[in-house]
Amino acid sequence: MAYFLSIHPHLRARALIRITFLGAFIAWLVLIFSDVTILFSDIRGLHPDIPVWLPRLMFDLYVLCLFYYYKFKIEKEESLNFTDLLWRVFATGLVATVVSLGLRLILFLLGDTALATNILFTDVIYHINLALFLSFLMAAFTSWKRLILYQKSKWLIRVWTVFEFTLLFALLYDSLNSGTNGTLSTIIAIMLGGLGLVLSANMKWVAYLNFKQKWTSLLLLVLAFFYLGYFFYTTTRLADFIGIQSTSFLDFREHTFSLSIFGFVMVYSLFSFLVILFNLPTSSVFEQKLEEVVNFQRISQSIQTEQSEESVYNILLESSVSSVFADAAWLEIKSVSQEDRLFTYGISEPETKAIQDHIINNKIKGALDQGIDKTKNLSKHLGSLKGARFRSLLSFPIVVKGESIGTLAILKELPDGFNKEMTRVVSTFANQAGISIENFRLLEEAFQNERYKEELKIAKTVQKSLLPENLESNGDFDIAAFSQSADEVGGDYYDTIRINDHKVALIIADVSGKGTTAAFHMSQMKGIFHSLAQQELDPREFMVRANKALVFCLERGSFISAIYFVLDSENGEITYCRAGHCPVLYYTSATDTSAYLQDKGAALGMVKNMTYCNMIDVYKIKYQKGDVMVLYTDGITEAKDSKGVEFGYENLEQTILEVKDKGAREIQEHLISKLFDYSGTDDINDDFTTMIVRFK
Amino acid sequence: MVQIKRLQEDGIDTLAVIGEIDASSSIELDLSIAKSVGEGFKKILVDCSSLEYISSAGLGVFMSYIEEFKDKGISMVMFGLNEKVANNFSILGLADLLHICSTKEEAKQLVNELSV
Repeated sequence: MAYFLSIHPHLRARALIRITFLGAFIAWLVLIFSDVTILFSDIRGLHPDIPVWLPRLMFDLYVLCLFYYYKFKIEKEESLNFTDLLWRVFATGLVATVVSLGLRLILFLLGDTALATNILFTDVIYHINLALFLSFLMAAFTSWKRLILYQKSKWLIRVWTVFEFTLLFALLYDSLNSGTNGTLSTIIAIMLGGLGLVLSANMKWVAYLNFKQKWTSLLLLVLAFFYLGYFFYTTTRLADFIGIQSTSFLDFREHTFSLSIFGFVMVYSLFSFLVILFNLPTSSVFEQKLEEVVNFQRISQSIQTEQSEESVYNILLESSVSSVFADAAWLEIKSVSQEDRLFTYGISEPETKAIQDHIINNKIKGALDQGIDKTKNLSKHLGSLKGARFRSLLSFPIVVKGESIGTLAILKELPDGFNKEMTRVVSTFANQAGISIENFRLLEEAFQNERYKEELKIAKTVQKSLLPENLESNGDFDIAAFSQSADEVGGDYYDTIRINDHKVALIIADVSGKGTTAAFHMSQMKGIFHSLAQQELDPREFMVRANKALVFCLERGSFISAIYFVLDSENGEITYCRAGHCPVLYYTSATDTSAYLQDKGAALGMVKNMTYCNMIDVYKIKYQKGDVMVLYTDGITEAKDSKGVEFGYENLEQTILEVKDKGAREIQEHLISKLFDYSGTDDINDDFTTMIVRFK
Repeated sequence: MVQIKRLQEDGIDTLAVIGEIDASSSIELDLSIAKSVGEGFKKILVDCSSLEYISSAGLGVFMSYIEEFKDKGISMVMFGLNEKVANNFSILGLADLLHICSTKEEAKQLVNELSV
């Protein structure tokens, strides 16, 4: 048994089917042998060598084996549908009947020979027929069980269990007492009859058959009646024949069990037959309901499976037409950006236009315009249109995000072709289609956003490449820089360029605003820097020309703040010009003091006319070994802590003084880590950049 | 977030800017000034005494009107800037381009003088 449990359930079921079949067969063989022996002994007036209860026990065993055989074969087989179940019953009956008829043929061929009239031979024939009959009954019983317990309730399962156990009790009781005369037998029979009738009222499965399946089921049930009748007649005849000569055989007519199960199968078949028959005229309604559900699902699922809005529209058209048995339909989708689109089903475009024009010409208010929010029955207006084949018209708005995006019109050739029910169904469809289209558009948007994100990522790498990888340095100074953007792309810029063997140009710039626009201007600034710096311009001239170039590139309200430096190592001098940028922090090692350089200068791109050159000035500083020049953008001084207090100029100065003797890289790293500590996050909500020049 | 209250007296339109002006709220400031200009005011005062912070985008808004004001003969005077805001203006070099006073009386006087 342990072995059985461990193997695959499918194989186990097959093994069990074989075992139960074998069990039934063996039980049946023993039954025949013992019954014939007892009958033989009785006729000869001998005492039988085997106990008289043996055939009855074997009969019980046979029935139980059959019960389990069909339990595994029919009850557990989940793939069977209702007609399949009926077909199984029919097939079992057919095989049984064919075998039985074959025996009849043999008997007929034997004629009136001694063998044919031999009571023992008749007993064997009787037993074969009885076995076939019971096999058919058990198959039907198991199938009916499945039909009855379809959509079961707890209560129904309880009733069924009681019914099954009562049958088992009847089976065992029969084998203990021969004869149906006992009071208990009558009680059992009445009980089984009552339970059987209650159970026979469960016919829910019939509703799920379509028209064709109902006809098939009726046919199969009629044939089942035939089998039942045939077997009952045959076995009764044979039992009568034997009964005349002896009563010492297993007479099924004395069994409450056999009679009860026959009665039950018969009653349920009859009920099913009648219920199916009377359900035939209404089956089209059920089918229609089912189709509505299926169509509804199609529309809902179209969003996942279909590639375009058009598919949703086409499915909507088809579904609406088939659900209300309409002859034609059209769908008009209005859109702002594109031309109006028209989808038709069973109607040509010119015909559609003719009807639309007719309605518009007759000034039927709100008929097919987009503003309507209610379903309209416009059938009465069609009467006045000459040459139109349609006599009924319903129109529905399709609403997406509370806005009507189109109209669905359903047409019928019959006058008054739409009832309230149909109107409701199609308006539900239209609503669902609206939801599907909305979902579809949302999905498209999501895809679009995803694409933008990808493009921003690319922009980010492109912009990263705009910032220099290596900064100029020479024996006099080292430069270290750090930059981070709040968004994917930012507007901060720094760069260096070698003008000649002793001059290096430096720039730090901040474009107003952030994000993509700022990034574009930043790349312009890079172009300007690289083209102007190489011309060995005086810083003022650089700014004036840069301003001139930028004034016409920047949009209204945008500007760029910048500082341009020329570091000359020949005479140890810094020449710079500030254009509205944050003041430079300069640490002088000789006096061990630091200060923000106070100077004037307006940002680039603000002033169009030539007065700009008066708004800036050029300043010169002599640098010495150990000096530190700190360049930064306002993202650093304006970085906020958790309370919203800005980092500020004093903090910046203090931070630099802490590491004034270190190299450029260390100073820069110290400043950035301080800044992150201060803000409590490394996700500062602005672009920020710093550039440290350390003289040595 | 920013809140802008407008008050008209003696042909002077006073815009009281309350709160912070960043990239998104600068649009509101722009709209208010544009409205004032559109209504034909030649004297505009900007009350910055409740302006806590102004970003570069906000500064850009003031800046963007400089040329237009010059062309239309409109004079704008700002007053009551706190230290930080004033610093932002001066760093950018806007202090030279815009008229900035400390009190409302001074601002009123200046705007009247300018428009003569």
